[in-house]
Amino acid sequence: MPGLILLKNGRVIDPANGIDQLLDLLIAGGRISAVAQPGSLAEQSGCLVYDLAGKWVVPGLIDMHVHLREPGQEDKETIATGTRAAAAGGFTAVAAMPNTNPVNDNQTVTLFILAKAAEAGFARVYPVGAISRGSKGEHLAEFGELRQAGAVAVTDDGLPVGNSQLMRRALEYAGNHDLLVISHAEELSLSHSGTMNHGALATRLGLGGIPSVAEEIMVYRDLALAEFTRRPIHIAHVSTKESLSLIRRAKEKGVAVTAETAPHYFTLTETAVDGYNTLAKMNPPLRTEADVAAVREALRDGTLDAIATDHAPHSELDKEREFALAANGIIGLETAVPLTLRLVRENQLEARRMVELLSVNPARILGVEGGALSVGAAADVTVIDPEKKFIFSEESIQSKSRNSPFLGWELQGKAVLTIMAGKITWQETL
Amino acid sequence: MDPEYRFSHKHLLGLADFSVTDIQAVLQTAESFKEISSRSIKKVPTLRGKTIINFFFEPSTRTRLSFEVAAKRMSADTFNISNSGSSTVKGETLIDTAKNLAAMNPDCIILRHPCSGAARLLAGHINASVLNAGDGTHEHPSQGLLDLMTVREAKGRIAGLKIAIIGDIAHSRVAHSNIIGFSKMGASVVVSGPATLIPPGVEELGAKVSKTVLKAVEGADVIMALRIQQERQQDPLFPSLREYANFFGVTQKVVAVASPEAIIMHPGPINRGVELDPKLADGSRSVILEQVANGVAVRMALLYLIMGGD
Repeated sequence: MPGLILLKNGRVIDPANGIDQLLDLLIAGGRISAVAQPGSLAEQSGCLVYDLAGKWVVPGLIDMHVHLREPGQEDKETIATGTRAAAAGGFTAVAAMPNTNPVNDNQTVTLFILAKAAEAGFARVYPVGAISRGSKGEHLAEFGELRQAGAVAVTDDGLPVGNSQLMRRALEYAGNHDLLVISHAEELSLSHSGTMNHGALATRLGLGGIPSVAEEIMVYRDLALAEFTRRPIHIAHVSTKESLSLIRRAKEKGVAVTAETAPHYFTLTETAVDGYNTLAKMNPPLRTEADVAAVREALRDGTLDAIATDHAPHSELDKEREFALAANGIIGLETAVPLTLRLVRENQLEARRMVELLSVNPARILGVEGGALSVGAAADVTVIDPEKKFIFSEESIQSKSRNSPFLGWELQGKAVLTIMAGKITWQETL
Repeated sequence: MDPEYRFSHKHLLGLADFSVTDIQAVLQTAESFKEISSRSIKKVPTLRGKTIINFFFEPSTRTRLSFEVAAKRMSADTFNISNSGSSTVKGETLIDTAKNLAAMNPDCIILRHPCSGAARLLAGHINASVLNAGDGTHEHPSQGLLDLMTVREAKGRIAGLKIAIIGDIAHSRVAHSNIIGFSKMGASVVVSGPATLIPPGVEELGAKVSKTVLKAVEGADVIMALRIQQERQQDPLFPSLREYANFFGVTQKVVAVASPEAIIMHPGPINRGVELDPKLADGSRSVILEQVANGVAVRMALLYLIMGGD
């Protein structure tokens, strides 16, 4: 039988089914056909067999926040290169932000993204539509048609929704179409003149500061609107301690809020910017030690639901220039697993929790399949070698862009086998 | 000074990179060069055959001219490029322009640029020395050095003096270089101005912050007024120039609480009657024109030291 893959002796971590033990897993016809005690499954002829002793077998990772740049900025990334980078990073699915050119504010762009993703075949792509037409913050985009075409959520990510009435209406109307509203929380009047975190380092470098309150004010507004409209909201790329306190309190009150952070917010502080390092320039900006500690705590205690990379490819031309004029953002798909594993190795995060943050919860939040290794489910499976060490180098990068502050870092832990719907999309020497 | 000391900087990007001894070396060299500008033939052959490019992305009269005069008095060949006349208006990037200039093999590029860190960026891409003539709101190190020279000349020392810097500290690269330079040399620096114009963590650069101008100036040996940049008025930083002059301007009333021998400085150009009373600008305490004269001497010294002094 074609498409038979037997994953033997791996540590299967499947929080959705309460499993964390050594098991064999059989894939057939693109689905998970059996999960059983090691050695108990017969090796059929034509079956690809992998001995995964020492490796983790987890439900396919889902990155709910990436910028694939196509259509419009194919010099930075295409759907094909972006999803190949996803597969290399262990992701079987990504949610594609709408700030393309043209903006994904209509069914035509959504259908184009899905067609390109299917053609590439490296990962499932869940298009995220715009909240407002052209992400201009004025009129609602056509949520119903976006949903019909395949969008799973809406956001004006990259730009905040400045108009509170528009955000309220978006939350209300998204309810008709079961679309999740994702908030890029930023009060532009406080942030627009800044290029890094507000504080003494910004003063020393002569760079305008972006204060934490620029994020927190909008986090609060959107939590208040979610409570008022009784609609779920998801807060993207949370970077500050106080934002997390606000989210924690809202959750305690029963507001339907979920939230994500990105690996750079639990790995780096603003000091990475020193020397005008544009590879550490992002929005929201890298913050302080106290914020990093708060983000780590929130990953553990459930205030944060997901780790998403905010993968933001940019060409050298956009980055190798004056700091104030350089583009915001870094690529993240290929470093998320090792950077999260650092927390696991430092006993700051349990392996099970890591899988929840990178797979179980993103699937649940977006309302998409995946996040579990249940018999009969689509075979989206990621195999992680938690010991594998490598230097993160430009040559190893699968993304079309190279803008990462982690270049040259020695990292430990890597996706070595990625399987999407029973098809191997990435494989390294095991 | 330590006889073993050798000035070893290839670039001048900011005073933060200079040690106390480096600063002393520049001041000492500048003091010995100052006399050249008072000769009837104001030229020495020291930098003959050296090529210096003045690369100015922002309008500047004083600094650009000061560097050019300094270079010519040292017999260097100087060339001026301004933003409007350069290929950057045709879309060329700073790095590309710099590489093209570098291909003509200059010895030194003097850069004025609106972006903080631009001088450092340039230095990373070319072989020539880079002299920062002001980058964004980061530093203006040659101005800091000429201010140090002016104070040392007027007061005979820097250590132990109280320096009050008044005005827009947040957007002033002059203030940043002066806070770093004066505190490094042992003076105590106090800044004051509208709270909207005091940057966060300025204490870490070496300055104390005072809520009122009077408190900042009390007993000060040096009062430095900074230019209010009227083009920043769209950000609500203070209500009006009139109110600014009233509460944050350096006036007779303010000077009265300073040391009786206090001197008054301003990096220019002055908004007369806003940050500084015109009578004070032209009065006996003012060393504003000395600052300009010392600017030439300091820049001669910098060019000499940075280009190897051979």
